[in-house]
Amino acid sequence: MKFLRMRPGHGEQLIAEGDPEVAEEHDALVEEFRRQLDLGMWAAIPLTSPTGLREAEMVSSFDQVPATTDRVIFFPRAAGGAA
Amino acid sequence: MIFALCATAIVIIALLSEIAWPYIERRLDARRVRREARRRGVAAPYDPGRERRAEQRARELLKSCVNEDEWAMYRDLGLIRVWGGQAGLPADSARDLRGVPYAYLIYPHKPIVAYLPMTGELLNEYCVEFPDETRPYGSARLPDSDDVLAKWMALKGDERRLIAEANLHLPGRQVDPKQVQRDIWRLGRWERERLERRAGTAEGDASPPPARPNNPGPLGL
Repeated sequence: MKFLRMRPGHGEQLIAEGDPEVAEEHDALVEEFRRQLDLGMWAAIPLTSPTGLREAEMVSSFDQVPATTDRVIFFPRAAGGAA
Repeated sequence: MIFALCATAIVIIALLSEIAWPYIERRLDARRVRREARRRGVAAPYDPGRERRAEQRARELLKSCVNEDEWAMYRDLGLIRVWGGQAGLPADSARDLRGVPYAYLIYPHKPIVAYLPMTGELLNEYCVEFPDETRPYGSARLPDSDDVLAKWMALKGDERRLIAEANLHLPGRQVDPKQVQRDIWRLGRWERERLERRAGTAEGDASPPPARPNNPGPLGL
């Protein structure tokens, strides 16, 4: 599983990678997930439905990330713009 | 004679400024980012090459996440349409749509525009940004395609939450309604052409093989 983060001037950056089935790597992923949320990021998982349609799901804890997911994308939380 | 020359000069200056303005605007933006970076003590100045590479990576990520049609829409038209999915949102906050399908147009670094695809009527603008306050190069702005992907994921994943975070405005506040109407028209034409191409391809696939090597196909091609 890869954690990607969108960043200005970079595009996406790989910030963590690991196998959730391996206990140590699982813990590291959980830790990084929390850290990103504490930094004010939102997390989303790109999904493909059984009909082949691409969707996305927002997740707010690592428990919500399906084990089969290969990447989680973090991006800055939304803020109302140009009021 | 002098009056005519003056008038001609004014027209030439007006036309030149129209052409030069986008360039000047880009330069001013770059200058502003550099100044901001210096103020914050960031060593890296604005680098157009770096921004292009970032945008290229962002495009690849966007392509890998959205549907094929949506990617083609963004590549060809510079926008993505996402259908509204949740009952009671978004325009119900202002008026009752009674189940009429609505959709959003996502532009890079512009408000999301909600509209009724059946009539083309514009409903609202949702001004929303994804500022990265770590500002690795002095700017909090994501690459264009990352901004589009962030909006797409947030709308698909939690439409209600994104709309709640956005500033709601009537159409025309930031995005020119005429431009949006043109985009809706372009989108409709683009979809029709795409459907026709698909239908043509399907017919071509379904047609029997030519009896003779030089036998023309159903379209005479």
